[in-house]
Amino acid sequence: MYEHDVIVVGAGGAGLRAAIAAHEEGADVAIVSKLHPVRSHTGAAEGGINAALREGDSWEDHAYDTMKGSDYLADAPAAETLCKDSPKETIKLEHWGMAFSRDDDGRVSQRPFGGLSFPRTTYAGAETGHQLLHTMYEQLVKRGIKVYDEWHVTRLAVSDEEKPEDRNCHGIVAYDVQTGQVEGFRARNGVILATGGLGQVYDHTTNAVANTGDGVAMAYRAGAPMEDMEFIQFHPTTLPSTGVLITEGVRGEGGILYNENGERFMFEYGYANNLGELASRDVVSRAELTEVNEGRGIEDEYVHLDMRHLGEERIIDRLENIVHLSEDFEGVNPLDAPMPVKPGQHYAMGGIETDENGETCISGLYAAGECACASVHGGNRLGGNALPELIVFGKRAGHHAAGKDMEEARITTGKVGDYELGEVESPVELGEAGIGEDAVADGGTAADAGASVSGADLVQRAVEDERETIDTLLEREDGIQQAEIRERVQKSMTRNVNVFREESALKDALRDIREARELYQDVFVADKSRTFNTDLLQTLETRNILDIAEAITLGALARNEFRGAHWRKEYQERRDEEWLKHTMLSWNDGRPELWYKPVILEGEDKTYEPKVRSY
Amino acid sequence: MSTQVPESVEEESATETASAGKQKRDAKKRERAERVQEQREAEAAEKARSADDTFHLKVFRYDPEVPEKQEPRFDDFHVPYKQGMTVLDALMWARDHYDSSLTFRHSCRQAICGSDALFVNGSQRLGCKTQLSDLSEPIRVEPLPHADVVKDLVVDMEHFYDQMESVEPYFQTNSLPDDELDEQRQTRENREKVKMSTRCIWCSACMSSCNIAAGDNEYLGPAAINKAYRFAMDEREGEDMKQRRLEILEQEHGVWRCQTQFSCTEVCPKDIPLTEHIQELKREAIKNNLKFW
Repeated sequence: MYEHDVIVVGAGGAGLRAAIAAHEEGADVAIVSKLHPVRSHTGAAEGGINAALREGDSWEDHAYDTMKGSDYLADAPAAETLCKDSPKETIKLEHWGMAFSRDDDGRVSQRPFGGLSFPRTTYAGAETGHQLLHTMYEQLVKRGIKVYDEWHVTRLAVSDEEKPEDRNCHGIVAYDVQTGQVEGFRARNGVILATGGLGQVYDHTTNAVANTGDGVAMAYRAGAPMEDMEFIQFHPTTLPSTGVLITEGVRGEGGILYNENGERFMFEYGYANNLGELASRDVVSRAELTEVNEGRGIEDEYVHLDMRHLGEERIIDRLENIVHLSEDFEGVNPLDAPMPVKPGQHYAMGGIETDENGETCISGLYAAGECACASVHGGNRLGGNALPELIVFGKRAGHHAAGKDMEEARITTGKVGDYELGEVESPVELGEAGIGEDAVADGGTAADAGASVSGADLVQRAVEDERETIDTLLEREDGIQQAEIRERVQKSMTRNVNVFREESALKDALRDIREARELYQDVFVADKSRTFNTDLLQTLETRNILDIAEAITLGALARNEFRGAHWRKEYQERRDEEWLKHTMLSWNDGRPELWYKPVILEGEDKTYEPKVRSY
Repeated sequence: MSTQVPESVEEESATETASAGKQKRDAKKRERAERVQEQREAEAAEKARSADDTFHLKVFRYDPEVPEKQEPRFDDFHVPYKQGMTVLDALMWARDHYDSSLTFRHSCRQAICGSDALFVNGSQRLGCKTQLSDLSEPIRVEPLPHADVVKDLVVDMEHFYDQMESVEPYFQTNSLPDDELDEQRQTRENREKVKMSTRCIWCSACMSSCNIAAGDNEYLGPAAINKAYRFAMDEREGEDMKQRRLEILEQEHGVWRCQTQFSCTEVCPKDIPLTEHIQELKREAIKNNLKFW
């Protein structure tokens, strides 16, 4: 068994920042990640980092934009923390040498982005994430922080008190991809989940193949609630054939969207009379799909994004990466022709419930970055708000886990205070199929362990459970393989739980997920080798995809309103009187339990009163 | 969805014992799972047969643990072609439909994570960035040369990482502003100067293509030297640091080993002018009157 003060799971922007922060506080910290850090999907972020750095801008304005962008479902303490800390953390990256784009006076450049009242998106060409990731990894190397790379974390070692709020996290179990061994990692102080996105739940996504929602699923199964899972961001400009992202920076610099008739539909059809192409992402995605559905799409599938009028010099200076992506992955040179674009899954606003210090309701368990939900983004994330989230909340979680004194959080976690239980009508049974029948169906919580069991023993038991699960998967000689199960879920989610949602389709998705869960009981791994077994790895991931897909769909079915990225055919209005609350889902021994907690709109000095959201 | 599966709706009979009922249900579910799997395999075969166009790949296979793969071999895969399909797409299709043990690294699918550098038809390329239609058949896909093979197309990257980390690959400066909200200024020209060098995605295609690196295991290699270039040329680091960086680079296994064959520059998927960067560092070293071995 390995042992460290703080264990960080995942090595993208949030994980690296958390590890550096814990190290700053003197903790013995290690990162465990299924990818080498520089392979993380933070590297694919293009547009930039929102930070109120300049005269005429303020963190208060940034917070106002963020709350409005969230459609009043972000918690003000989290959004304000993001906006207050972002300038300092962004400049910290500059001090670490990050190669930001520069103005003539040598200061870092900023540009307009969707839903922002000031051009505060700080950028490095159209490769801001790549620069951020590598800069941060350099700092990790400098500090000599230990990384266990290509180790896939499979479960948390959490004590099993009845209420999650009473539980403690003592470590993790991980599978060494290179050698096939399963080992325990005891965390003396805390475990920080920073596992990133879950886009592989869909089949058209900007997310990497590795983004299978592992952290969210394992925290859920250990008892930490998932929050607002129905809020999935569909980015308006992805390449149709691959889902590769074309940054909002193209529109920020002046790029224009056209339909098949050459109409600038954002204005001409009144989707956003003020901001046009720079309305927030949910608005633009719906507008594009409405154009396609009403017969004004190109090849009934996509619209055009044109930036030729910006001129080659400006494009190469600020958006060069986009020229390469469009050429390599769609065969279109955007200097000569408009780019075909359509909405694609991009980001999960929801995730593991945390407070503004990154802590979950389970003591010693933290989450930061896309896998977490503080909630900074509520119903819709603004472009340029994901990268600051990584560095702001990664740092806070790292500090907290390392024992630094932090201001007490205003956001509560777990079932405390003002919560209410919810109900949703499902056409099929929900949760784990065949509970208790075999090891694969194990809920992921630690075995019966009284309060007297030591942390190390708990980790050891979790290791033994995981070894049994993996042995079972490898011993089976036939059955069904994960690729089929995964494909079914991805297709169903894209068809049924997309930008436009209606009750009957959501129920179809629940049926498909149920069937997939049953098939998963007979999943087998054909590759029997212990060496670099990606068949096994994907089979473990697919289980996470099942839990996440169900949570997204369940939340979407429960939320009878239209807010942010969540559009419902039957409910065409935002219903503040009933729905200023977060959708929470807890894993009750394998059965999802739905409940709600109120959103916090009271900020430090003011209350963000819900207004009609128009751009 | 391509496969139709009948719903299993049979209720458990009240007279049956619970465990007999469970066994029966299990057997049914299992049968269903196997049927779905068989159907999938049949469909994949049919798709490959009926496709207007398939691509023929010969893929290197090796697994030290599996008896029939201990001797390296090539497996043939015929993959149905879709416009825009890349080498990575073809490998994924083959893995997901023919042989789930086919092993390769990949993640972002968009040439930024640097996981899938492969040896395709005799040169180092990123699988995700290489169109099948640009290649002649059969397409030979092999692991990167000059690295130890772990399994199939996966190579051991440790040596590459060690070299990258040996050049003090992090920003060092003595002239940070006092205020944590003030940035250190950098001219647009200087940022432009280091821009290409910052684009490295650590795929190690360059290292694999380099004859010198193949013969001298201690040679820093093009990627690590480029990483050092990125800092040595950054005006924010200052002259003292530049001296120190040049000292690291002019060591016995540093820049002077490069014989300007341009193979690294040719294979770099991010078009970084690696050879030029190495040459420029050589000139800088001379200019600074450093002793070289």
